[in-house]
Parts: sequence; structure tokens; C-alpha cells
Amino acid sequence: MLRYTIRRLIQLVGVVLVLSLLLFAWLRSLPGGPVSALLGERATPESRAALTKQLGLDQPILIQYFKFLGRALSGDFGVSNGVQPGDSAMEIFLQRFPATVELSVFALVIAIVFGIPLGYLAAKRRGTWFDNSSVIGSLVGVAIPVFFLAYVLKDVFSKALGLPSTGRQDAIEATRVTGFFTLDGILTGEWDATFNALEHLILPALALSSIPFAVIFRITRAAVLDVLDEDFVRTAESKGLTAQVIRRRHVLRNAMLPVVTTVGLQTGALLSGAVLTEKVFGFAGVGEALALGFERRDYPVLLLLIIMATIVYVLVNLLVDLSYALIDPRIRAR
Amino acid sequence: MIHSGTARRRLIAAIGITGAAALALSACATSERGSDTGSGKVGGTFTFGAAGAPKLFDPFYATDGETFRVSRQMYEGLVGFKPGTAEVEPALATKWESTPDGKTWTFTLKEGVKFHDGTPFNAEATCVNFNRWYNQKGAAQSDAVSQYWLDNFGGFADTPDKPSLYKSCTAKDAKTAVVELTGATSQFPSVLGFTSFSISSPEALKKYDADNVVQAGDSFTYPAYANEHPTGTGPFKFGKFDKANNVVELVRNDDYHGDKAKLDKVVFRIIPDETARKQALEAGDIDGYDLPNAADWKGLQDKGFNVAIRPAFNVMYLGINQKNNPKLQDLKVRQAIMSAINREQLVKSQLPEGAKVATQFMPDTINGFNKSVPEVKYDLEKAKSLLKEAGAEGLTLKFYWPTEVTRPYMPSPKDIYGAIAGDLEKAGIKLDTVSKPWNGGYLTDVDNGVPDLFLLGWTGDNGTAQNWIGTFFGRTDNRFNTGASAWGKSLADALAAANSEPDEAKRTQMYSDLNKKIMEEYLPAIPVSHSPPALVLKKDIKGIVPSPLTDEKFGPASKG
Repeated sequence: MLRYTIRRLIQLVGVVLVLSLLLFAWLRSLPGGPVSALLGERATPESRAALTKQLGLDQPILIQYFKFLGRALSGDFGVSNGVQPGDSAMEIFLQRFPATVELSVFALVIAIVFGIPLGYLAAKRRGTWFDNSSVIGSLVGVAIPVFFLAYVLKDVFSKALGLPSTGRQDAIEATRVTGFFTLDGILTGEWDATFNALEHLILPALALSSIPFAVIFRITRAAVLDVLDEDFVRTAESKGLTAQVIRRRHVLRNAMLPVVTTVGLQTGALLSGAVLTEKVFGFAGVGEALALGFERRDYPVLLLLIIMATIVYVLVNLLVDLSYALIDPRIRAR
Repeated sequence: MIHSGTARRRLIAAIGITGAAALALSACATSERGSDTGSGKVGGTFTFGAAGAPKLFDPFYATDGETFRVSRQMYEGLVGFKPGTAEVEPALATKWESTPDGKTWTFTLKEGVKFHDGTPFNAEATCVNFNRWYNQKGAAQSDAVSQYWLDNFGGFADTPDKPSLYKSCTAKDAKTAVVELTGATSQFPSVLGFTSFSISSPEALKKYDADNVVQAGDSFTYPAYANEHPTGTGPFKFGKFDKANNVVELVRNDDYHGDKAKLDKVVFRIIPDETARKQALEAGDIDGYDLPNAADWKGLQDKGFNVAIRPAFNVMYLGINQKNNPKLQDLKVRQAIMSAINREQLVKSQLPEGAKVATQFMPDTINGFNKSVPEVKYDLEKAKSLLKEAGAEGLTLKFYWPTEVTRPYMPSPKDIYGAIAGDLEKAGIKLDTVSKPWNGGYLTDVDNGVPDLFLLGWTGDNGTAQNWIGTFFGRTDNRFNTGASAWGKSLADALAAANSEPDEAKRTQMYSDLNKKIMEEYLPAIPVSHSPPALVLKKDIKGIVPSPLTDEKFGPASKG
């Protein structure tokens, strides 16, 4: 297991290096560029040429990349000129990452807590009105665009339910320990801050959870249906095991492998969903920074945030792979 | 975000009331304290919804509106602009005079003024600032850093290949500073009213290493002075910049030398999305924001907000680049394009109330505007006939318009493009249309001369003609590629001559003649409109005068 983990981590370094080169080349090839972003509409041909030279943008792309890599290895990923002007890209990531993690985890919890039991029940009651309506509901969940749902929640439900829709800006901040508002409130015993943070999370997390919920629901339902048809379930039933034991030991455990894989993949997808959700709610996380970065052509921030999102995605999927062994003893044995 | 203790108190107070209502009520409770002086209540916090974070707080290195807006509340220059106009008025200098050649300027300074750190303001401090600007080194000389200096004063002390307009500053006595220029310019001293040329505390500049700008990859890092210790003489002092929560806070300068600010605090809450700014205003979270969409003006007014419309001090034009299509070098073709566009209709249908058709490249409030230039009316037949005379029937042009942007002079680029394109097609001009994001290729392509036609404009920095037509046509390698025309160089030279003419009457006449020539003989682009931008404020906000230069000062503002 340890060797496997180390091998995967080494692969991660390779992935990040290749990705960073591709990203760097792609960002450099985008129309506009740092010169336009810095000079704006008051630029003159002379000032454009001077700044292009000063920033080294007239040099071959590989030389520019290796210069960037050299700085990055010493921890310097550049300075923002659009998202949070003057702040280092790494500072922006570290400041905003807890917000996105908190939102994603909350959305994932909603998706899992509702998706797995409902998927199981729908499978158990296959063909009933409950199953049919749940399947239709999940189809809507997959089909509805996140940004549309986010706007509906923000503009309609926020007022109707009296829930805040202002991202984190007016949230109560507990004494900072981790940067996760809910967790900090718990750790410091400032329960009003925890409660308030949860209130601020409800609407954006609901919007963000719509697709993962629908996917998890459908995968769980399909996986449970498959397992319910297996011989070992019939054997267990004929042995006279209770329904609870069959459900826990035989059905759910075997159905969980594809579900866990889906959860891993959805965790990655949450990052892209967070771009839209955070933008709509003005939730100051990595997603909003990415959206602003594109809008304002903040290349250092874009580069770092996309690299960090990749690392997170790969790490989450590594954890998912490792969790297989815990769920399925057959994998552990191999 | 709110700190826990405060929040707990607010929560207790808000029991039984909805969260939103509680926040609104607590905000009102805060804002309405204080006494009424008769010209607006004293006290309270004015919260302004800003579209972006200020890049820094040292106005000399600032290049964008959001940065200038914050800085101008903390700083003052030697001269300022009369509220609601582009007219120069005394600020830190009470009066000034120049020698007949316009090269030596003597400023008499206000006495009894102190910077926020207690350092006295005087002629010596003034000269420290001028010399600081002139002696920038290394990365600070970049066009991305000292843009306003480079645009207005030229080079630095150690750039002999790029001479500077500035020569020296001498503190004759404590209240008299003498500034010498290498040549006369129409823009002096009004250029000193730009927020960029505000006066900083010499002590703070030194203490916080103000000139230490460093290039970091594709960007620049700024020293402590610019980030944490801006020190001017203005009615507000720097409070804090809470980056985690996107809030900038300024506090009243109780030692201000003039009429002290009525507000306790000015808070800039950064809300990048315009819809979110509007919602925040309606929810009572902010007291105002800049550049509401013109389509929202009526709705905002109906809801009881004050849409403060600024005088139209901008111009939108249809740029013509003569580089790629030789037909565009023919004046008749450019005149045909102008006659083909129904600008009256465009102004009525696409621009906010108060917008006007532009007859020249600057508003009529500026000295040098030529009243005898006839307005070119929409005339489709004339356009077709001119195209025929020029042998340009069936002309195909590459027309660029920008996405992901609205500008004060161009509230809806797509609709404006649509209106112009429709008119040009009616005249038989075929269009190859390209739309690109403003910062994602549009400006780059325009600057690189890719389009034949493009939409662009300008908001004036001051009331001199040079700031308008001098900016557009004062050099030959401009966006219109006038250098390719026989008249491009002579126009640039004539503008330079007018700019350096010290006699105001003569100078005005020179600009007036040039405006006539530009419109009748050269027509390097088509001036389309002057459009009034607005800012929106809650009804209880008083004392903010809409400025054509977007130079609104919050010092006289009050809440309630």
C-alpha cells in the first residue's frame, strides 16, 4: 500500500509538471495577455512594446516557462494584477481555499446523505411511484444548469426563507484557527459563528450539490439493483439472514465501490461547479477567483489556481483508490 | 465579515426579526446617530459598492478608476477640480502664476496644512514629491507602474533618450514652490489635479520605502507605503484594507485643514458583479455604487434611489484604421461611413437620457471646441454617392466590437455595434464582424491595427483640448494609423504646437482650427456620441456632486 501511494505521488509530480507547461503555453497563447491587462485602453504602441520587453514576453515560450518554473520552485508564483491586485497568487489560493473546501464538503455531504439512501430505497422499491419520481427528480438534477439553479435559489429562496445569499462577506467570523468558518466556530466554542456560517452555506451548497446528488443517486440505485440480483444475496436470504444484515453486509458493501468512485469523480467536478456557484453568490473562494481571473486576465492567479485544482483532484482520487481497499477486502488481498 | 463579539450582540438584537431586516436595521441604527448640522448629519458610515479592489493606495502608481476613487478621498494635489466641472480650482496651492513662456510656474501654498502623520505640508514637501516622481528607477519606470507620469511628463531623470517635461522644483520659501518645465504645455497646471499627482508626506514616503517597486514575473509588487501606509492631506485617513473580506475602510481626518468630513467612515465594499451590487443596494448593504446600467436607471429611481447623472465628458467614436484597406485612405470613403450612420437614432435608442451626438472629438465645454463645424446628418443617399465617387462600392471592412465590457461612453457595445452595422450595410458596405473580449484580444488587436473599424472612446482627464484630440492624434503611430496619411504628421505637429502655445487665446484658436480640419479635411475616425454616466446613491446620502471627471469627493458627503 505504501509503495503504491508513493508511486502515485511521484506520478502526481509528473502530471503537475506536464500540466503546468501546457497551461503556461495555453495562457500565453490566449488573446490579450498581461500587457493588455496591465495597460488597459490607455496603452500606446510604444508602451506596449516597452512592457512586452520588460516582462520578457518577447522571449520564446520555453524560456518563459523555465523562468516561471524557477520562480515557482522558490515559492514565487507571481503577483495578482486583477483578482486581488498586489497579493501573491499563493496567498490568494491559501486565503480562498478553505472557503471552497467548506462549500464543496457541505455540498458533498448533502449529495451523499440524500443520494445514497434515496438511491437504495428507489432500487428496493423498483417500479413504484417513489422510484419513478426519484428517477425523474435525479434527471432534473443532472439537467438543470448549476448557475440557473444558483440564481433561482439566490433570487427566490433567499428572500422566501430569509437565508443569506451574500457569500461569505457578511458572515460572522469566529476567531480564526483553520479558515473554515464552521470548524473555527466549533473549535473556539463560538457557536453563533458556526450557526451563521452554516446559514451562509445552505443556498450555495444546495446549488452545488444538485449534480453530485443526482449522479450519486443514480449510481447507487443502479449498483444496488445489480447487487440485489446477485446469487450471494439470494443465498443470504435463503440462509435466513435478517434484512438488515443482508443490506449492511452484502448489498450496500458491494454496491459501494462504484458509488465511492463516483464520489471521487464528483469531488473533482465540484471544483468546476464551484466556479459558477461562487460567482453567483459572490462566495469568496477559489471558484470565484478563477472566474474573476479569466474576466480580468489575471494570468499568475489563473495558472496557480488551475495547478492547485489539479493537485487536489489527483489527491482526492488517490484517496478514493486507497479507500477501495478498506471497502473491498478482495482488493486489499491483491 | 463581522467579528464574533459584535455579531453575537447583533444576533441577540435581531431575535424575532428576519436576518436581512436585522442587518438593515442595525445599519440604520449606526448611520443615524450624530447631530444634524443643517447641511447634513455628522457621523455615520458611507458604504460604497466598488466593482474592484484598489490595486494599491499610492496614487502615483495608480492606473485604474477603483484605485483612484479610494486615493482621492485621502489625498489632495496642488490644484483640484471645481465640483461638478472640469475647471481647475485651488487645492493645496491657493494661487499660481507662470512666466510668459509657460515654463516657470510659481505656486503659493496653503499654510497650516499637515499630512496624516503630522508632517507639515510646505514647499519643501511639494518639491520632494515632484523630485520623487522624476527620479523613479528600475521597475518603477515601467509603463504599467508610472503610466500617468509617462503620459503627461515623459521620461525620468536617468532616461536621456526619453526627455521629460519636468525640469526642477525649488522651495523659494515655506509657502512658495517654483516648478520649472522644459517646455510649455496646455495641460499644466490642470494635470496636477489628477489624483496621480497628489502630494504625499515626505516622511512617510521615506519611512515606508515608497519607491521600492519590484517586478515579480508578469506583475509588480509595491512597498509598504503603497499597501499599508498611504499618507496624504485629505479629509479621510487610511483605516484598513481587509483583503479576506474585500473591504477598504477610511476614517475621518479630524485634523483636516479644510471643512472636516461629516462621515465617521467611508467603507468601500468590493462587489465585482454588477447585479450583486444592485442587490446589495436594494438590500441596504451599501449606500451607492458607480456606473449602474443605463437600463436600470428608471427602475432604481422608481425604487427611491438617487441616480446622480454626471455631465457627459466622454466621447465614443468609430475608429477607422487606414492601414489594411487602401480605400479607407480616401476621405470620401470615410465621409461616406459618417453619413451612413444614423447617429441621432443611435443616441436616442441606445444611449441614456442626456446623451448627445458628437460633432467633434471633444465635448463643447472645452476650450477649442469649434462651433462652426456643421453637424453631419444621416444621409444614406449621400453615403452611397460618396462611395460610388470613390470607386468603393461593395467595400468590405473588418468591424471589431468588444465583449465582456461596458464603458461610461459605451454602455452596451453589442447594441451599439448592431445599430452601426445595420446602417453601414444599408449603404452597401459589407462587414466582416469580429467580437472579442475587451481584455482578451480586443484591445490588443485594435492596438496592432487588425480591424478596419472598431468601437472605442475616451473619458476626459481634464478640460484641455490636448487631453482629447492630442491623445487621439498627437502621434502618428496611433490606433487610426494616421501616419499612413499625407496629413498625419502635420496634424501631430500642429497639435504639439498648439499644446506648447503659452497664450491661452491663441492656443484656443489653434485647437479650434484643428478641430475644423479634423472634421472636414482629415476625418481619421467618426465621433459618435457623448454619453452621461451615472452613479446611484441612497436618498439619504447628501453632498456628493457628480463629476464629469468621475472625481467625486466624499469629504462633503453626509448620511441622513
